[in-house]
Amino acid sequence: MNDPRATIVRYSAAERTNHWITVIAFLLAALSGFALFHPALFGLSALFGGGPWTRILHPYLGLAMAIAFLFLAARMGSDNNMQPRDWQWLKQYRDVIDNHEERLPEVGRYNAGQKLVYWVSVVSLLLLVLTGLVIWRAYLSAVFPVGLIRFASMLHAISALVLICTIIVHVYASLWVTGSVRAMTRGTVTPGWAWKHHRAWFREMMSHAANTRPRAN
Amino acid sequence: MALQSLDIVRRSATTTRPPDIRVTPPGGGVAKLIDTTKCIGCKACQVACAEWNDLRDEVGTCDGTYQNPHDLSGSTWTLMRFSEVENTPGDLEWLIRKDGCMHCADPGCLKACPSPGAIVQYANGIVDFVEENCIGCGYCITGCPFDVPRISKNDKKAYKCTLCSDRVSVGLEPACIKSCPTGALVFGTKEDMQIHAAERIEDLKSRGFDKAGLYDPEGVGGTHVMYVLHHADQPELYHNLPKDPQISAEVRVWKGAAKPLSLAIMGLTALAGFFHYIRTGPNETDARDEAAADEAAKRMGKTP
Repeated sequence: MNDPRATIVRYSAAERTNHWITVIAFLLAALSGFALFHPALFGLSALFGGGPWTRILHPYLGLAMAIAFLFLAARMGSDNNMQPRDWQWLKQYRDVIDNHEERLPEVGRYNAGQKLVYWVSVVSLLLLVLTGLVIWRAYLSAVFPVGLIRFASMLHAISALVLICTIIVHVYASLWVTGSVRAMTRGTVTPGWAWKHHRAWFREMMSHAANTRPRAN
Repeated sequence: MALQSLDIVRRSATTTRPPDIRVTPPGGGVAKLIDTTKCIGCKACQVACAEWNDLRDEVGTCDGTYQNPHDLSGSTWTLMRFSEVENTPGDLEWLIRKDGCMHCADPGCLKACPSPGAIVQYANGIVDFVEENCIGCGYCITGCPFDVPRISKNDKKAYKCTLCSDRVSVGLEPACIKSCPTGALVFGTKEDMQIHAAERIEDLKSRGFDKAGLYDPEGVGGTHVMYVLHHADQPELYHNLPKDPQISAEVRVWKGAAKPLSLAIMGLTALAGFFHYIRTGPNETDARDEAAADEAAKRMGKTP
């Protein structure tokens, strides 16, 4: 659906590609991980060609997600440092969930909620990779003591829970704040969207004409 | 009915009751008693195990002890472990322990296994791996308090002592028991084995082994393989036999509370989003926002 007003570039084609590779890898890693985590979800292993194939593929899918996310996180890191106004934004969480955005401090490229999603994802994915390597029985577990493998198994599950819940919040927020999904599928947002949700970023974009695309009409 | 069992009391990764229509056998199920004080380390049991189960491990190298192979493996399900111990100075003891699956009443391997039916516990107490259902993840190794299961290098499936479940199910005793020349290995009901062990321990105490005792650790609910030890107060002397084995706290969290709790938390998170949308609704950008944006841009001398 074309919106002639969507003239502000939020994500380049490279950023969108990077994001969606991460999404695909995340979904596959999560589905195969669910199969290994809970008996009620073991049936998901059928999606990967059975139990042994799920066990074989899951670590590679996890690594693919981590590597794709590494590039994504590197691109977006500088925009995700927490600032004083972000803490104020978080304190007013009731205004956030009640759609009273006008009462909140001005937001830059990312709001405090998005920044939290960023940092929780960074930490939980780092833990998932480190613990995942320890419990990778096919190649690496033999070099680690069993006590560490037990601790890593538990931490792997907890980190996955934290990451999955964070991603559920991330996905919901993109549906809740209308016009956000377009930023990651088509790359652009409308000036009104930028002005309403990311006013400081809107001004920044307006001061560099190169950041906008000519209107379609 | 072919090749299936109606005597299963626990089944891995299964949240409903397994087929357990038959009553629990009398005498507390079956048990193997390993009397380390009678063992001469001949390894006949090791050979009998390999022969009955048709296993041929690689011929290893000598590491200066009689222990060969060096460790349990996919093809070595029982192993004589040799420890030279100077428990009291000047008194060298050669402690020999037949290592293998302990067949715990509360098996850590089964608790950790994610594959439905890859590990089962029969009513007679035998814990058995069903390799057809094994996915090769090695969680059983993570869950075992005795470091027993091994993933085979060949087929990537987990293997361990079956307590000769195939023989026991047709009224025979395990192959290792058949081969023991000194009577160090005995097989029967768990109660009978406890009674036999008590007689042995009394005899050992009369010979100066004050700390002789039965190893049937409570932390795993008792085991269906038990040891008579001369030094029951120091089981770790016997090639690190754990003093108080139990399923570790991490495995209990990971394979216990974490499973239902995690699903509940994820489900509730998604539901919270859904009902937020239903109650509060989307955060939309309307024509006024677009107009305000155009106004702001104009003040900056730009056209968005």
